[in-house]
Amino acid sequence: MNARAPVALTACALALLLLAGCAKPYDYTNFRQHRPRSILVMPPQNESQTVNAAWSYQSTVTRPLAERGYYVFPVAVVDRLMKEDGVSPNKAAEILGADAILYVTLEQYGTKQQVLNAATLVKLRGQLVDARSGVLLWERRFAIQHNSNLGSGGILGDSTDAAHNLAGSANVRFFGDRDLGLLYGPYHPRYGKDE
Amino acid sequence: MPSLLRTAIIWAWLGILLPGCSTTLYSWGHYEERIYASYVSPGTTSLEAQAAELERDYEKARAERKRMPPGFHAQLGYLYVQLGKLDQARRELEAEKAEFPESAVFVDRVLASLKKL
Repeated sequence: MNARAPVALTACALALLLLAGCAKPYDYTNFRQHRPRSILVMPPQNESQTVNAAWSYQSTVTRPLAERGYYVFPVAVVDRLMKEDGVSPNKAAEILGADAILYVTLEQYGTKQQVLNAATLVKLRGQLVDARSGVLLWERRFAIQHNSNLGSGGILGDSTDAAHNLAGSANVRFFGDRDLGLLYGPYHPRYGKDE
Repeated sequence: MPSLLRTAIIWAWLGILLPGCSTTLYSWGHYEERIYASYVSPGTTSLEAQAAELERDYEKARAERKRMPPGFHAQLGYLYVQLGKLDQARRELEAEKAEFPESAVFVDRVLASLKKL
């Protein structure tokens, strides 16, 4: 019996390794060919029931992208300029000199109150497109959920606030997950080292 | 003795690994909160107060020798445009361009539009 224990352990370890390998890495061929330095974030499409979702999300998106090493155009300023000048999103990238455009769709963004707990869900999909050629560099669908117990004084406040707080950590994983997120940008010390 | 050595090795590793985990590239100050507020509750904080807040963030970051994130100086510059303080606006926009050359096309466009004012 005792002699078999190491064998069983090894088998388990191998199974875990194989399972971990099942998350197929994203194909970064196009990404590596274009290597954008700057990203223009379009105002997100909001498919959720939350009225302020697009604005909330737009204020959380700069940090994870910038900390990933990219130049991110100032979202609030660009939104104003585009509204004032009536420029279309695609034209905007050309006028601002952006390398890549990020399109995000918010599928769910809010809190569902259940009997004993509240589930805050942020579900989104995004596409990073090369501004000059229109080539798709990266895309991903992602969901993150946070459960809180109502009895223990969890989220009883505004549903938007809960989703807003969750969006920050959602973005860190959405853009930063190994093999699925974005490659490092030029301001990151690991730029170019993530083959 | 060997256990002491092992402890020393572990601490040495932690010393190497931990700083690499926690560092951020930029000092964010109130930049994100400012963006959120400008969308959700515009007008609740005066433009002067917003500019003053971002200036304090910048002072603090300089004292800590940290960089401001992309868009920070452009945002502050845009506040000064709205306040009619065009000299400060130009200074901030030039700072954005100097820190991040990727913003040059964008910044030059805004600077050119300021000349018409």
